Formats: sequence, structure tokens, C-alpha cells
Amino acid sequence: MRALRWSRAGLLIPAWVAIAFLLVPLVALLLKADWTGMPAQLAKPSVVPALRLSLLTTSLALVICALLGTPLAWLLARSTHRVTPWLRALVTVPLVLPPVVGGVALLMAYGREGAVGRTLLEVAGWSIPFTPVAVVFAETFVALPFYVLAVEGSMRGLDPRYDGLAATLGASPWRTFRTVVVPMVAPGIASGSALAWARALGEFGATITFAGNFPGRTQTAPLAVYVALESDPQAAIALSLVMLLISVLVLGALRGRWLR
Amino acid sequence: MRPQLCRHARFAAPVAAPVAAPVAALAVAALALTGCSAATGSQAKAPTRHTVVVLAASSLTESLTAIAADFEASHPGTDVQLSFAASSTVVTQVNQGAPADLIALAGTSSMGPLEKGRIAKNGIRSMAANTLEIATPPGNPGTVNSLADLSRPTLKVVLCAATAPCGKAAVKTLTAADVVAHVVSYETDVRATLAKVRLGEADAAIVYHSDVVSARGRVHGVQIPASVNQRLDYPLVRLTNDPTTAELMTYVLSDQGRKRLRDYGFLMP
Repeated sequence: MRALRWSRAGLLIPAWVAIAFLLVPLVALLLKADWTGMPAQLAKPSVVPALRLSLLTTSLALVICALLGTPLAWLLARSTHRVTPWLRALVTVPLVLPPVVGGVALLMAYGREGAVGRTLLEVAGWSIPFTPVAVVFAETFVALPFYVLAVEGSMRGLDPRYDGLAATLGASPWRTFRTVVVPMVAPGIASGSALAWARALGEFGATITFAGNFPGRTQTAPLAVYVALESDPQAAIALSLVMLLISVLVLGALRGRWLR
Repeated sequence: MRPQLCRHARFAAPVAAPVAAPVAALAVAALALTGCSAATGSQAKAPTRHTVVVLAASSLTESLTAIAADFEASHPGTDVQLSFAASSTVVTQVNQGAPADLIALAGTSSMGPLEKGRIAKNGIRSMAANTLEIATPPGNPGTVNSLADLSRPTLKVVLCAATAPCGKAAVKTLTAADVVAHVVSYETDVRATLAKVRLGEADAAIVYHSDVVSARGRVHGVQIPASVNQRLDYPLVRLTNDPTTAELMTYVLSDQGRKRLRDYGFLMP
């Protein structure tokens, strides 16, 4: 009996330490906030443009993820070609890459001196860094792997007989994908979208490296928090709380999948 | 002999007999983690390392790294640990309790938010001075020849964030010259600002003269007239009474230290 109690404690104590470790910073953020001054903090000129830019760019990044990532996930899920496992591994690289390294890589590719960016400048007279487009690039770069892996996982769980049957009934691969596969993995697409969007919203390193930091144009909410921390900690806390609230709402939307 | 061989050693000494074993084991583990050796009995042979933690303004990156290497070479057994960031970040970190023995800041006004209680007695010295300069990529592709050119809308200008001393000084200079620069980004510190020019992504940035010199030809410098330029004094602030830290401070202010600073484009206070 005693031994049993001890062995349970051996599991419970680390589990509670883990919970405390995750929750203490969030509670501290709530305690440090100046709640009465919150409306004034949120009305500051740096806060609203940053949130607006974040919502706009992350939505665009999510649309790109869905348009490009869903077909890629399907090909990865069904292809038996011998390069497929390699492609899957390559898609995972940005997932484990430090975001700031991703930012450097984006500069090397799409910067004015970059492999693609130089041509773009010569042909179109336009360069990507320091524009909201660069923010979308950075966010898509870090979020797309999350989306592809989540959606591919649920697509692999789909019984091949469904798409096999659609094919024998004469449906083209595109039609099978559109009318059979996508509706059946809709929950997977939803959770992949939420993950990718949350990752894009939190993007910092690649954004500040590749897109720079200009209020209203490339200063997203995480960048605004970082900059405000030194000049105006209360504004930083207020903006952090808004982002915490958004995260909780996203988690709430996923309740059916994760909180069962 | 220095009074404190290792700043953590005092924790190991006054331990009562019954609890000695586990506590001593913890202490040894802690000492191992901090890179200090426990000077007990036969283990006393291991050389003690005197670690000095320095947080410094990012404009000092090359010069202070070189000075620290000189110091370590001429003072065997010392280990100078350096970390560079915007002066405002350094001060925020120190106020929040970051372990540091010595800090070096750009501009005396950077010391404003520093909690006075953290400064050691007589711990402030002026180590160098700096002025602003425009940096462009080599060959000056944007043909920037003066401050007024920075207002051209086709130009991509990068400044330091207004929280960093280089950002504050740049705003003062631009205001004095009555120039509204076409800014595309406010970077977190002067080195992030310089990097955008070195990578060729920005056409011009307002940085320190020492940054242009330290870049050793990888950027092109355009002078800013003295009438609108800012001069920043670099305070060196001692936070602890550790003797090795005091030695390092003296070394930075010595002729050898000053020579290094001059080599990297700093002015003398």
C-alpha cells in the first residue's frame, strides 16, 4: 500500500511540476497586467496596427498553406515513389530549423542580392524584404510544414478504398481529391490550419530577419511586444495578453479534437 | 593570493557534519556547473578559473572581444564571458537580475533606467566615445552622399529602433538636419542595422563611425557634418566588487585597451 502510494507520487510529482512550469509564466503575465489601464494600453499607436498586420498576414499565410499544402499532403500520403520519404523529410526541415536561420535563408533566396530576388529586382524593379509580402513569406515558410504534416497524417489514415472506388467510377485524380479526399479529412485540415495559423502568428525570428521591423508595415504583434518591452513594458504585457487570448480561443475551437 | 578564489566557493564551506554528504555533493555539482573547482584536499590541484561576465553594447562587438582575448592571454586563469545587445537591452537585463560583473553602454543616457543600487561604489568610468556615420553597401549603389539624400523615396534606409542609443542619436541628427529619411525598418540594435547594409538589402543606415571602421571595407562610410552629428560617451560600469572584474576594468582603460578601441574606430573620451 505504502509502496503503491510512493510509486503514484513518483508519477504525480513530476506531472504537477510540469503543469506548474507551464502555467506559472502565464499566471504571472495576468498578475503583472495593469487591468484598469488596459483599454489605454491597447489604444496605443503601436498596438492596433501590429495586431491588424498580424491578422492580415497570418490569414494570407494560411490561405497559401491550404492552397499549396493540401495537394502536397495528398501526394505525400499516397505516393509510393522512392523519393517520397525524402521529400517528406525535406518538408520537415523548416519545422526543426531555428526561425532566424529560416530568415537568413529567405534573405539569401529572395533578398535583393538573393538568387531569386536579384532576378525579381531586375525584371520587376521590386524587392521583397521590408514589405508585408516578406512577412507573409516568413510566416508561410515556418507554418507550411506544420500544415502539411498534420493534413498528411489524417490523409494517410483515410482508407485507400475510398479514393480507389472513386477512380474506378471514372473520377479524375483532381475530382477525387476535391470531392472525396478533402471533405473526408476536413477535421484534419481544420486542426492543421489552426496549428499552422498559430505558428504563423507567433513567428518572430524569420520575420525580423527577413522583413525587418517597421510599424504598420512589417511590425507584427510579436515584434511589437519585443520592441515595447524596453520602452513600455505595460504595452508589451497588454499586447501579450491579447495574443494569449487569441491562442486560448484557437485552442477552444479545437476543443473537439484535443480536449476530449 | 586573491581573497576569493572562486565566487561560489563560500557555499561549500560551512556545512554541518550529518548533512554534509548530500549537501556537499550538491555543492560539488553546482561548482562543476559553474566551471569552478572545489578546492578540497587532493582535488586542489585543478586550476581555478576567474570568470568575468560582461554585457556590452553591440557596437563594441569586435573591439571588446579583442580586448577580452588580450586580457585572458595576459592574465592566465581568467575567463571573460561576453554578450552583446542594444544598450537598452543590456540595462533591462541587468535590472531584471541578469548575472553580470561589468557592463559597457553606448551613451551616458543609456544608464538612466539602470537601478543605481546595482552599481558598485566608484564603479563608473568613461571608456570611449563615438559619433554617427552613414553606412552604405560597398560601391554605394544608392549614391548616398549626404544626410539629405536619405529622404529620397527610392532609397531603402534602415535605422536602429528608438529604444536603442543609436536610434535615439539618429533621430536627433535627422531632426537637426531637418531630414525625413525614407526608413523601411527599425532594427533592434546597431549591428542588426549594419547587417542589412552589409547584406545589400538596405541602401543606407545610420550607424556609428566605429561600426564602419570595424566592418573593414565591407561597408562604405559617408560622413555626417559635425554641426548635426551626435557624440556618445561609452560608460563602463562595474556591478560587482570581484577583484578580477576590477582588473579587467583597469585593463580596458589602459593604454593597451585604448589602442584596441582606437583601432576599431572609437574616439577617446
